[in-house]
Amino acid sequence: MSSQDKLSFDVAVIGAGPAGLAAAVAAAERGARVAVLDAGAQPGGQFWRHRPETMVPDPDGHGHHGWKTYLDLRARFETARSAGQLHYLPNTQVWMVEREDAGRFVLRLTPTTGTEIAQATVRADKLVSCTGGYDRQLPLPGWDLPGVMAAGGIQSFIKANGTLPGTRFVIAGTGPFLLPVAANIAEAGGTVVAVCESASLANWLPHLGAASGVPGKALEGAEYAGVFANHRIRYRTRTVVTEVLGVSCANAVRIAKVDAHGAVIAGSEQLLEDVDVVGFGWGFTPQVELAVSLGAETRIDADGSLVCVVDGQQATNVAGLYLAGEVTGVGGAVLAVAEGLVAGAAAATGEAPSAGTNRQIRRHRRFAKAMHLAHPVPEKWDKLLTDDTVVCRCEEVNHGRIVEARDTLGATDARTMKSFTRTGMGWCQGKVCGFAVSCLSSKDHADNQATHASLSALAKRPVAAPLTLGEISTLDSRRPHDT
Amino acid sequence: MNAPSDVIVIGAGVIGAAIAYFATKQGLSVTVLERGLPASGTSSACEGNILVSDKELGPELELTKFSLDTWRGDLTEHAKHWEFESKGGIIVASRESSMASLDRLTQAQAEHGIDVERVDIPRLREFEPNISPNALGAAWYPDDCQVQPMLVAGHLLKLARAAGAKVLTHTMATGFLRQGDAVNGVKTSRGDFHAPAVVNAAGSWSEDIAALAGVNVPVKPRKGFVMVTEPLPPMVHHKVYAAEYVDNVGSSEAGLQSSPVVEGTPAGSILIGSSRERIGFDRSVNTDALRQMAANAIALFPFLKTTRIIRHYHGFRPYCPDHLPVIGHDPRAPGLWHASGYEGAGIGLSAGTGKLLAQALAGLTPDMSLAPFAPERFGEFTPAPNIHQESAA
Repeated sequence: MSSQDKLSFDVAVIGAGPAGLAAAVAAAERGARVAVLDAGAQPGGQFWRHRPETMVPDPDGHGHHGWKTYLDLRARFETARSAGQLHYLPNTQVWMVEREDAGRFVLRLTPTTGTEIAQATVRADKLVSCTGGYDRQLPLPGWDLPGVMAAGGIQSFIKANGTLPGTRFVIAGTGPFLLPVAANIAEAGGTVVAVCESASLANWLPHLGAASGVPGKALEGAEYAGVFANHRIRYRTRTVVTEVLGVSCANAVRIAKVDAHGAVIAGSEQLLEDVDVVGFGWGFTPQVELAVSLGAETRIDADGSLVCVVDGQQATNVAGLYLAGEVTGVGGAVLAVAEGLVAGAAAATGEAPSAGTNRQIRRHRRFAKAMHLAHPVPEKWDKLLTDDTVVCRCEEVNHGRIVEARDTLGATDARTMKSFTRTGMGWCQGKVCGFAVSCLSSKDHADNQATHASLSALAKRPVAAPLTLGEISTLDSRRPHDT
Repeated sequence: MNAPSDVIVIGAGVIGAAIAYFATKQGLSVTVLERGLPASGTSSACEGNILVSDKELGPELELTKFSLDTWRGDLTEHAKHWEFESKGGIIVASRESSMASLDRLTQAQAEHGIDVERVDIPRLREFEPNISPNALGAAWYPDDCQVQPMLVAGHLLKLARAAGAKVLTHTMATGFLRQGDAVNGVKTSRGDFHAPAVVNAAGSWSEDIAALAGVNVPVKPRKGFVMVTEPLPPMVHHKVYAAEYVDNVGSSEAGLQSSPVVEGTPAGSILIGSSRERIGFDRSVNTDALRQMAANAIALFPFLKTTRIIRHYHGFRPYCPDHLPVIGHDPRAPGLWHASGYEGAGIGLSAGTGKLLAQALAGLTPDMSLAPFAPERFGEFTPAPNIHQESAA
């Protein structure tokens, strides 16, 4: 067996979060030789991020949801590894995927910063991409001050370190995800000064049918209500943070009530002082770059995100490419696991899911849609911005320059805006500001819906993870006969 | 019906924008038709070079000098809008054979009035302290400049609009209006537009536009990649390239060629080029091109080995088989004009082209003869092999 054959697999799975673990296990248990490539140092992804197993070898899952599911998947993952069925590559980022002439996927790899990996290329007949998502952010005055974090970033910090990034927190944005973040903070000993939810809970009324289909979610809700009561956390609906205040770091926020369109109600402003961390969460942005680079079909989901289209077996329009988890629509970990199991089985043997699995997935997707509709990004969010508000933090592009480029230079989509103003050209490559820039560049942005074209252009990121020129200079060829 | 104008320009890239701007300066009424948004083709997928250093002797060098004077003269009041920077270029030779080529090139250029200075290794290290120890010799071109090309197009169009020009985006040219042989307007996805003069400034797509009028302008896409590094403190201070680059620019090879071009930017990123291949409008990533470019760049600046790239992009240079642009009135289709085929020099040559073509459109004798660039040099129409995968501008 040549060294190249050893790095050739039946199925490659990108990501070891809920969807990736499930897909890997499902494929390996059906006899496929599986490679799992994950940026993390240990399995679990963002959702089941936990303290280093070298320090805490037997984590109890406190503060986690679905920990029993994780332990089950992890045990099956380790069994497949021991059997030589599953090859696990941690600290590994996939920066590009190509197709060989024969149709095999060629995954180009680079180590996570500060680590090393043994090989730069892995080949596989089928690919299951479970790359998850990251917190969607919106700019507002003061959001570039130290002390302002993504809500998910606060949660990851707690899960990975077992400590808090500050003492007094305001959590703001929209969606049920704000609740576990606040609960995690309170249980770790932090003070949650307020949770500001821009939506009205009355938004759920039209969707109670969908919610009742997923009783587990109601239980989670009841659990958070208990935590909030115990810790006297103030949950304010139809409330947004209008400005973060501070000189060298955040020390206060202004909040205000908003109407149904997200416009601030005059006279409702309030100052919350003595705050050292402000966490924002406006839903999630799925990481669709690798799938898009392979030609996967996309659509705009109910939450305004660009997601990929899959069929009942989680297969895309690209032969051999399967997707599971947030890249097919943000829907949470339970749905991600269900989709991962389907994708892994389909990639390994072409097996179709059972009727029961189909029903479960449909229920969770209905719930997710109801959640997205009940927790929209406020359509008037950009009214809070001043000319000086920085929108692209990497390249320091402020709102005034974006409006000028849109209105006088004709930069009316995100790609042209990027060319004209450098938004999204820096280190994060638009991951932070991309959604906001898409909204702001649209000339007719009355409804603030980022257009499919703008978001698609931003998702074209041919270098999905930075890598050195030294690594590029030693790439092997895409075509095996050239080597 | 859309109001008639004196001139219609097809394409709102840098070339079209410059023509529109200078035409309004001549008092002409102008309509610009663009199928996408301003600078959405090659103008936003290049490096913004205004180079004298890579030019061989001949009419293109004369046009380069004229254009440089236009950038520094007519357009100087607007230079701040598009980040005009006289950064200077350096050609480095690392082999005895390329030293000889460099000798020949610089001697000939100097005789034709190009400001070029041979520099020894200690002087080269003053210019570029991080250059490879393998460098044998170099030449310094203080007149090599750079602009942000998208901002050039955006602001020239803005200035043209302020002078009365109409700029229609998302408007696709689908055919020509004719009166007998003469072209007197354009059919588009948004109706008919009338003008006695129509300029084809569709860049890499101009062959298809010319074909709509039944004339042959054999401009082909020549693809190139650029890699962009993470932002760094200043490590590369000028535009630095290898002597082999000049040979590649002048070659007609269809297969992959690459030669190192490395330059720092005000934002801190380093841009790394260059590659050339003629494979139509193929947007796939060529790993071989990236590998060669990376290896070449490291050979020029060894520190780059551990520098990370955060993105790469590619564009399609409008390549012309005889390596000369196509500028001027086309007697094969009276009323049709062309400004295309600049390959990698379009940004630099846009200012001079705009000024000269606007003079001709206004019925004046251009400051410099456009005869060497005459479109009819390609003869009668012969259908091109159908390699284009994208539709016309």
